[in-house]
Amino acid sequence: MEALILEPSLYTVKAILILDNDGDRLFAKYYDDTYPSVKEQKAFEKNIFNKTHRTDSEIALLEGLTVVYKSSIDLYFYVIGSSYENELMLMAVLNCLFDSLRQMLRKNVEKRALLENMEGLFLAVDEIVDGGVILESDPQQVVHRVALRGEDVPLTEQTVSQVLQSAKEQIKWSLLR
Amino acid sequence: MLKKFDKKDEESGGGSNPFQHLEKSAVLQEARVFNETPINPRKCAHILTKILYLINQGEHLGTTEATEAFFAMTKLFQSNDPTLRRMCYLTIKEMSCIAEDVIIVTSSLTKDMTGKEDNYRGPAVRALCQITDSTMLQAIERYMKQAIVDKVPSVSSSALVSSLHLLKCSFDVVKRWVNEAQEAASSDNIMVQYHALGLLYHVRKNDRLAVNKMISKVTRHGLKSPFAYCMMIRVASKQLEEEDGSRDSPLFDFIESCLRNKHEMVVYEAASAIVNLPGCSAKELAPAVSVLQLFCSSPKAALRYAAVRTLNKVAMKHPSAVTACNLDLENLVTDSNRSIATLAITTLLKTGSESSIDRLMKQISSFMSEISDEFKVVVVQAISALCQKYPRKHAVLMNFLFTMLREEGGFEYKRAIVDCIISIIEENSESKETGLSHLCEFIEDCEFTVLATRILHLLGQEGPKTTNPSKYIRFIYNRVVLEHEEVRADGISLCHQAGMQWRNLSSLQPPPPGFKRFSCLSLPSRWDYRCAVSALAKFGAQNEEMLPSILVLLKRCVMDDDNEVRDRATFYLNVLEQKQKALNAGYILNGLTVSIPGLERALQQYTLEPSEKPFDLKSVPLATAPMAEQRTESTPITAVKQPEKVAATRQEIFQEQLAAVPEFRGLGPLFKSSPEPVALTESETEYVIRCTKHTFTNHMVFQFDCTNTLNDQTLENVTVQMEPTEAYEVLCYVPARSLPYNQPGTCYTLVALPKEDPTAVACTFSCMMKFTVKDCDPTTGETDDEGYEDEYVLEDLEVTVADHIQKVMKLNFEAAWDEVGDEFEKEETFTLSTIKTLEEAVGNIVKFLGMHPCERSDKVPDNKNTHTLLLAGVFRGGHDILVRSRLLLLDTVTMQVTARSLEELPVDIILASVG
Repeated sequence: MEALILEPSLYTVKAILILDNDGDRLFAKYYDDTYPSVKEQKAFEKNIFNKTHRTDSEIALLEGLTVVYKSSIDLYFYVIGSSYENELMLMAVLNCLFDSLRQMLRKNVEKRALLENMEGLFLAVDEIVDGGVILESDPQQVVHRVALRGEDVPLTEQTVSQVLQSAKEQIKWSLLR
Repeated sequence: MLKKFDKKDEESGGGSNPFQHLEKSAVLQEARVFNETPINPRKCAHILTKILYLINQGEHLGTTEATEAFFAMTKLFQSNDPTLRRMCYLTIKEMSCIAEDVIIVTSSLTKDMTGKEDNYRGPAVRALCQITDSTMLQAIERYMKQAIVDKVPSVSSSALVSSLHLLKCSFDVVKRWVNEAQEAASSDNIMVQYHALGLLYHVRKNDRLAVNKMISKVTRHGLKSPFAYCMMIRVASKQLEEEDGSRDSPLFDFIESCLRNKHEMVVYEAASAIVNLPGCSAKELAPAVSVLQLFCSSPKAALRYAAVRTLNKVAMKHPSAVTACNLDLENLVTDSNRSIATLAITTLLKTGSESSIDRLMKQISSFMSEISDEFKVVVVQAISALCQKYPRKHAVLMNFLFTMLREEGGFEYKRAIVDCIISIIEENSESKETGLSHLCEFIEDCEFTVLATRILHLLGQEGPKTTNPSKYIRFIYNRVVLEHEEVRADGISLCHQAGMQWRNLSSLQPPPPGFKRFSCLSLPSRWDYRCAVSALAKFGAQNEEMLPSILVLLKRCVMDDDNEVRDRATFYLNVLEQKQKALNAGYILNGLTVSIPGLERALQQYTLEPSEKPFDLKSVPLATAPMAEQRTESTPITAVKQPEKVAATRQEIFQEQLAAVPEFRGLGPLFKSSPEPVALTESETEYVIRCTKHTFTNHMVFQFDCTNTLNDQTLENVTVQMEPTEAYEVLCYVPARSLPYNQPGTCYTLVALPKEDPTAVACTFSCMMKFTVKDCDPTTGETDDEGYEDEYVLEDLEVTVADHIQKVMKLNFEAAWDEVGDEFEKEETFTLSTIKTLEEAVGNIVKFLGMHPCERSDKVPDNKNTHTLLLAGVFRGGHDILVRSRLLLLDTVTMQVTARSLEELPVDIILASVG
């Protein structure tokens, strides 16, 4: 292996991915042009998913990149950096993303809940990494800055159909239980 | 009841992803809601989410669509809903590179970034910087400076990171913000400190002194942020590397002090920085290794992985330094993360004693099937290194490699294994028999044609020299007879490559009388068979006893339904039946050394001008590099169905260029072009001249590639005058007519080789460029009519023996040596007084003579004081020249050179030039 001295740089993260349990993309953000086209990105995601979804280890080396990952129920979170990158820094990003989402969703981090809070996810990722630079690594700070409107929206602000919809949901869930 | 639940479940399952069936056009349609008043923040935010989701999924938005949606979105700035506003920022960022005129939101964003709402300000800064280009930057500079020193960390961080992004396009503006960044660097917030230091470093990175100052300041005051520490460690190690030297420097002390940091991240970064420093001694490594050792027992997989990976790196250079960690590594061998386990084992293989190898190999083979191909290749490499270290262990390792070879795996992986086995066979003669028989079994059922041909080639070469060659013949013959699905693969093996190109010859039409068409022109199909036939013939050529049975086998191959198998078999059969050593050596063991495209061209020429003379193979240019060397470099795996035109090599391009110059008609075929152009000027001068030497049978042509780097001059009638020191005779100059600014031109000088004293080929030419200068207008390019003569002295040009000799690969040197015979053999002994080692002597001789070392004789085994170097080449005019030089190392190197050729002249030249 080449004894490479890293060019000191703040650009740590190459990509953040969230895939579902079929390996389909729920969220993907690439910060440099390691995979410039959508086709190459999807191929990479497929490869990454195939190599990782059966094991519970949290780190791997794939296509010359360091991949740290974590799974939660039906979601797979990935943070990708160069193979010379400090693995612990990538881990810090992954943990921050995951913990922020856990606090924001206030329940299990799963596909359904995440999809209902897509804007929260977009905003959180925006606060954690900006253009590949780690912006914040403290989940408390991230949640505070995202400051997503709470679940309890005053009834007056909801439309009739929204109220009906939420009522329906609640009934459905109670039946299923 | 149950059924009902199921149904409900299904419904909810279908709707579980609200974004599943989004249509781009429908979503953009929905975006019209943005224009309604009052704004419904929830709905609008949801639509923005949908748009972002679509972009995220890789949906392509056209410029008009994006611009339209973008303009609709600007209306949303009227709403004060925080989530909606934040989604707007995100959309602006995403669309900044798709939509047009995004700068219209500048004022809204500027207002937000200076506003009261802290949660808006950070994101607004980032969005603003995303849409700002260098021309607009001046306008917001004041706000940016304020934002950098803002006391709200998120604002300050955002401003710093955005400045970092802006640095790429507007360095000069951002440079002015250094004072603010300096102030931010002493912030209490860890991220602000990290970003500020990062920005400062990027601005100052070309100023070594300033960077050193930064580090010493950090060392004195310490930092709060672990990220900032990591950054500074990298900066320090980079400085150290550039300084390239003393470990007493405060920089190294800084890195070492970070080993005691309380954050694992920092400790690891410091340890890996020390490990990666070039030329680190074992003593300096020790503290780093000991912290890595601690990490090996961490509960965090990432940390264990990082530690083992770094230890693995250490083990490559300083295996003894890692020995202390052996116990911890042993524990990782059974780690559930297979990457960690593999790394641990490969590290142990490097550091462990010979006795532990068996156990480790057993362990690793238990989960070999679970790890990815990338790591399998790592394992194979580790084994390869191990074989060199403990040659006695080859039996265990070979067995292991063979088991891996039999299992499933991709091409790269299999190739690594085969490479490894071949290198073991080459290094260790004891293992040859086992290795070859393993490989034989492998090709029995090998799906990769390329590997099969390669192994057959090896068998043909090595098999006949073993004690029991008949064993291999069975395997080889099996390849010929057994029916096997046709596999087409673009190959890398020697035979394969040559064969590909032979096929191109078949396009030659029609064969004239007196010229018997090459019989081996046909479509390639089953390369392994053909290779097998060649391999069989090699056995026959080297082993008298087996010749009769080989002949029987070859005769059977003559019945084959593949054309080329038949052709080859017939050819070899005829050669072998002559029972002449010289023929065997020339046609079976050493093969064709000419350049295949060159052969094609020469044959085509011949068919166009029918003559009574037989075709002369010597007129064909030689292959520029031995193909065997290429096989390791080029690895195209894709199957090519259509025969592709072989790209003309550099020499062929030159040949065509030279043939176009009327003065060079009648020089005969180009024999050799020097591989790298020689620069005759310094790189930063007015004119850049580079020379390529072309050797013909009795002449040399010097090609000067000239570039004029003065934009106010045009040169005309450029020639390079040459004054030889020896009896070379300058025949003519071919000038470059005109040489405008920065457009390369070429001029030539033709010289005849010395006739009276043909051995004096080494010569120095003094060169002078003569030309007419015409001034011209640098902007319009118009030239004055009047010009004046001028001269420009160039550096001297050397012609050496190497320019007269082309490298060729002789696979079987001994056979070639006997074939040439001792008619013109000469021998002399020299003392190389300045050379102290055999390696150095071998390197110098190979470089000086420009010949190809055969049978790996360029590798000098350790701890020996004698060595025999075998060199092969072709002298201009097309005669083989072989050199055997015996080297003896006492205090200095003594060399006995024996040269053989079919002509006297090349031998004389070699000996004259060495002396």
